Amino acid sequence: MVTCINDAFFPETGKAVLRLLQRLGVAVDFPEAQTCCGQPMVNTGYIDEAVPAVRQFTKAFAGYDAIVTPSGSCAGSARHQHKLVAERSGEVGLADAVAEVSPRVYELSEFLVDVLGVTDVGAAFPHKVTYHPTCHSLRMLGVGERPLQLLRAVRDIDLVELPAADQCCGFGGTFAVKNSAVSTAMGQDKIDHVASTGAEYLVAGDNSCLMHIGGMMSRQSTGVQTIHLAQILASTKVMAQ
Amino acid sequence: MSGTFVGMPAFPSAAREALQDDQLRRNLANATGVIRTKRAEVVDEVDNWEELRVAGAAIKDEVLLHLDEYLIELEASLTAAGAAVHWARDADEACQIVGDIAADHEVDEVVKVKSMATQEIGLNERLAQRGISAWETDLAELIVQLGDDLPSHILVPAIHRNRDEIRDIFVESMASAGKPAPDGLTNDPAALANASRLHLREKFMRAKMAVSGANFAVADTGTLVVVESEGNGRMCLTLPEVLVSVVGIEKIVPSWEDLDVFLQTLPRSSTGERMNPYTSTWSGVNDADGPQEVHVVLLDNGRTRALADEVGRQALRCIRCSACLNACPVYERTGGKAYGSVYPGPIGAILNPLMKGVGVDEQTDSLPYASSLCGACYDVCPVAIDIPSVLVELRTQVVDSHRGGAPDAFGAAMAGAAVSFGSPLPWKTVVLATGWAGRLSGPLAGRVRSSALKNVPGAAGAWAGARDIPALPKESFRAWMKRTGGQE
Repeated sequence: MVTCINDAFFPETGKAVLRLLQRLGVAVDFPEAQTCCGQPMVNTGYIDEAVPAVRQFTKAFAGYDAIVTPSGSCAGSARHQHKLVAERSGEVGLADAVAEVSPRVYELSEFLVDVLGVTDVGAAFPHKVTYHPTCHSLRMLGVGERPLQLLRAVRDIDLVELPAADQCCGFGGTFAVKNSAVSTAMGQDKIDHVASTGAEYLVAGDNSCLMHIGGMMSRQSTGVQTIHLAQILASTKVMAQ
Repeated sequence: MSGTFVGMPAFPSAAREALQDDQLRRNLANATGVIRTKRAEVVDEVDNWEELRVAGAAIKDEVLLHLDEYLIELEASLTAAGAAVHWARDADEACQIVGDIAADHEVDEVVKVKSMATQEIGLNERLAQRGISAWETDLAELIVQLGDDLPSHILVPAIHRNRDEIRDIFVESMASAGKPAPDGLTNDPAALANASRLHLREKFMRAKMAVSGANFAVADTGTLVVVESEGNGRMCLTLPEVLVSVVGIEKIVPSWEDLDVFLQTLPRSSTGERMNPYTSTWSGVNDADGPQEVHVVLLDNGRTRALADEVGRQALRCIRCSACLNACPVYERTGGKAYGSVYPGPIGAILNPLMKGVGVDEQTDSLPYASSLCGACYDVCPVAIDIPSVLVELRTQVVDSHRGGAPDAFGAAMAGAAVSFGSPLPWKTVVLATGWAGRLSGPLAGRVRSSALKNVPGAAGAWAGARDIPALPKESFRAWMKRTGGQE
């Protein structure tokens, strides 16, 4: 599952996931019928409007051993919210289809560490990097240390700790526009913490949060780049001699 | 407290205003940060914390699912212990009952133990209308009351004030409410505490009637419990001749043994202490000592409405510890007043709509959206209220309550999303269009584009106010897959 936002806005993340999984010997398919997990609708209160997306999700991903996604938030939506949507819809067969598909959805770091059993994915990334654990990865999925285990094994990386890392960046889906003043106040504290680390890159497992944080950093010309975890793990560039 | 939350604007505009106050933000960030750290330390040292959370939730759920039986049992045991039990459907009835008791005893003032239930019903204002002064005796409540202010936190209602501000309030206002502030009062915390002690002591010794709430009401023994830190509660509960306690009907625990769980989780979650300094318990009237007339007002005021909500009823487990406020990144930036209720923060964002109902007023309907759904509140809740899930459920109810009319911008966007994501073709078309836009806009930098959107009304402008939009890719992921077959 590449996710709708990566499909349209961040194709490099999708490419990185593909390259990484292929390098690790996984047979990867991209079902063209995939659209969106439905989270934006559910979290804004429009559950009826999420039903078609959830239905499409179960169709697109039926029959796979594992559905891997570079987003803690979308994985959380599939694992925790699809059941709710299906039950409310009362649609015959939808709840069964969800029960079949959603337990096989994995956030990328979960799949690498828990299913493939690897922490060293053979990556190299010669840059100073700090990691922001996004809320849904951290608290809804409980991915814990997995992304950091993966990052620590990357060659030539200079991984520095982000102060107050577990604090929400303020994105929150439609919260970012419905309560934009609070959202950007939270974002400001996050980017100040990022700046204090002196990192070149801010890495996270969700491009939606990075779009918000990165959008603020770009507006304020902080010079820090955002990058998805998958892109660092897929990278094999070595330190210039 | 003489301020009022009535007529507060919806959360987004109240929050925007609160964010302008730099002093408020500094006070809040400092105070919530200190309490968060203290709480984490004393919770981490409890090996079976998760068991205590689950046990607390189970005890409360047992009561909520059999509330009718437990209320009858509580009434019987309170009556047997010599207390008079009153039932109040709403704020009006509860205020009337308390006011009538005061009138019967011809008192023109009462002393009060900090109580969320009495704030919820606006008791002080209602008593004032009948010529009765209600004196808050908790230090922070005193600061709020003397400052003609509104509380902004459940546990530390003056969290938005620093000690310079508190000194000024004492100097300016103590004289009009009783014993004046000592001459030359400084902002030293010990001096401020002493000033309040002198001021309050006079009120304790004079008062004939006290009003309290209760943290717990034990059904089988008819015992009320108040948990506090300053000893002002102990004064109020033991010195006056008449004691009236306003108790929400969800405050019941079945038996004395059940207190074991909550007396461990409440202090650690609220003040970050292993144990609170004062825990007062009383069962009706004791001939030898204490108040000789004890009243208990059992308050509904929307609680049965919340109880009827299958997803939301877990909010009635709340023991008012306020750990969720201290953990909430939204609360930390806006403070409590932006929520327009005595119950602010994450718990307020669900309790208010649950107790008042959604689809009635814009302010209440805005509260379930006052969250980024980060989940920090659920993690710290000592009775495991899944606040994010209840928020999403309430958002659904808000949306459902407005279905049928003309959709707003979000409604239209979501209807569009339902079509776009419902089958592959429309979504492919959207992505294709994004790719075209990316190729066309290629030479322009992302920040130029989005700065230009700042003044556009609606979501685009709200996004672009402080954030750039990412530069659009020239080719979507699926277009790249189609073109290359996934081979770079």
